[in-house]
Amino acid sequence: MTEITQLTIHETLDGLKNKKFSTVEVIKEYIKEMEVKRSLNAYVLETPETALSQAKESDNRYFQGKERRLEGIPLGIKDLFCTKGIRSTACSHILDGFIPQYESSVTANLFSSGGICLGKLNMDEFAMGGSNETSYYGPVVNPWQQNRNLVAGGSSGGSAAAVAANICAAATGTDTGGSIRQPSSFCGVTGIKPTYGRCSRYGIMAFASSLDQAGPIAKDVRDCALLLNVMAGYDAKDSTSANLPVPDFTKVLGQSVKGLKIGIPAQYRPDGLNEEISAYWDKGIEILRSAGAEIVDISLPHTQYALATYYIIAPAEASSNLARYDGVRYGLRVDGDHLDNMYINTRTEGFGKEVKRRIMIGTYVLSAGYYDAYYLKAQKVRRLIRDDFIKAFKQCDVILTPTSPTAAFPIGDKHMNENPINMWLNDIFTVSVNLAGLPALSLPIGLSADGLPLGLQLIGKSFDEETVFRAAAVIEKEAKFERLK
Amino acid sequence: MTIDKQTVNRIAFLSHLKIDENKIEEAQDEFNKILNWVEKLSEVNTDNVEPLSSVNENSLVCREDIVIEKNQADKILANAPVKEYGYFVVPKVVE
Repeated sequence: MTEITQLTIHETLDGLKNKKFSTVEVIKEYIKEMEVKRSLNAYVLETPETALSQAKESDNRYFQGKERRLEGIPLGIKDLFCTKGIRSTACSHILDGFIPQYESSVTANLFSSGGICLGKLNMDEFAMGGSNETSYYGPVVNPWQQNRNLVAGGSSGGSAAAVAANICAAATGTDTGGSIRQPSSFCGVTGIKPTYGRCSRYGIMAFASSLDQAGPIAKDVRDCALLLNVMAGYDAKDSTSANLPVPDFTKVLGQSVKGLKIGIPAQYRPDGLNEEISAYWDKGIEILRSAGAEIVDISLPHTQYALATYYIIAPAEASSNLARYDGVRYGLRVDGDHLDNMYINTRTEGFGKEVKRRIMIGTYVLSAGYYDAYYLKAQKVRRLIRDDFIKAFKQCDVILTPTSPTAAFPIGDKHMNENPINMWLNDIFTVSVNLAGLPALSLPIGLSADGLPLGLQLIGKSFDEETVFRAAAVIEKEAKFERLK
Repeated sequence: MTIDKQTVNRIAFLSHLKIDENKIEEAQDEFNKILNWVEKLSEVNTDNVEPLSSVNENSLVCREDIVIEKNQADKILANAPVKEYGYFVVPKVVE
């Protein structure tokens, strides 16, 4: 018999509706599993008591036939989301003990639809990192081949690992340069970064406001679609939130891709691309072709400039957003003999190495004399990168690429840590999408020769998550990827 | 473009961060590596290209200028490291 914790959201909802088990039973199973798997370091805070009391309410609702869309579904919440009354730190020392007095809009949507919070998930500090190693609470261990001590990816490393290890049914993530998709790929789960503006950013601690977007990480495409239905929607509290109707993303699942045009960008197959990844990309192409889709070669000529553009724009926005952490209103305070020194001591002790690095780069590229050469230049190249996609989407409906150039690597990997740029290169296939504001999903396609998950990425037109889900469901069905038990 | 130690210190000051004296060289070296790497952008011809600051190009919506949430001093102060008489407390700034 399949354990309750191995079920997808859809299967769990079925079981709850058909009274195969109660919400309290489900939550108890998850709490037990979370305890057993603490060595993964996926959770930085567990909230079993609130989860159990919410579960009782959910059972009441099922009893009365008043269940909501996600009634009784246990969720893990990335620590970047403010959760009312529950410690939220962005996995930074500088937010020690911060208890939000309000709920982020995305988590409010999930909880008011019956979702239950199991706890807060580990992540790279302020979402800055690709391996979860910048977290103040230490790295997450990838549940695949746990004895090898591999990274779970980042920044939503806790989210992807927790879903893969069956210690939540699904999780929230955020994605500024690949932070949902890359860890999803490393952990063999499915995650989508929706179009910029699809989900409200209200109550999500800001990293780079023009790039940040929340999205779900789940066990399969259908669960992602259902979660996005609930998470998305206009919110007056976020001025960049899109005032557009949210379609039912689950409706397109199972629809044919016959005649759909799939773009394959030449620039995503650089010399020296990992052969296994290249082969799995071909497999994805073949699956869609066999299902009747038309494969179209496209060009995204400015791809090679995306990382440099990103690593100017994101730090610039971060340096501004993180100016608020000053030891006055919340979190850590380290005393100083006068006000300026209190600020400096607090920030110097409170921020980790990668965050300080990015604040300083951002400060530099925005400072007098360098603004035009770096920041303005990057914003211009950003437009060219976005225009590449606009042109490409005249020829195709959706784009297929690998998610990441590698599989999960070891925690503390020497090459990744000797130069920050080596770590940043992980984002090579994911950052352009954030710069262009497009929706993109990562799903597992298979295992590498040494048994680690690899992912493919589907990129859609602005506000066309439906085509992304439709194509993803076709690949998922044929890939027959086996999740961890 | 390469930056010197003085610039590193200035950037740290502007960022309200302190770099230990013995770590400045390391920071300078790292800074220069990163700046050399992003230098790649200078190859791109961006004449007549408008900067893109956000993909959301709709002009921001203004809401009515009215108070929607009020009397929340307690909530606002709830996380303050030091507070007194309904105020945030900071080290003395005027003698």
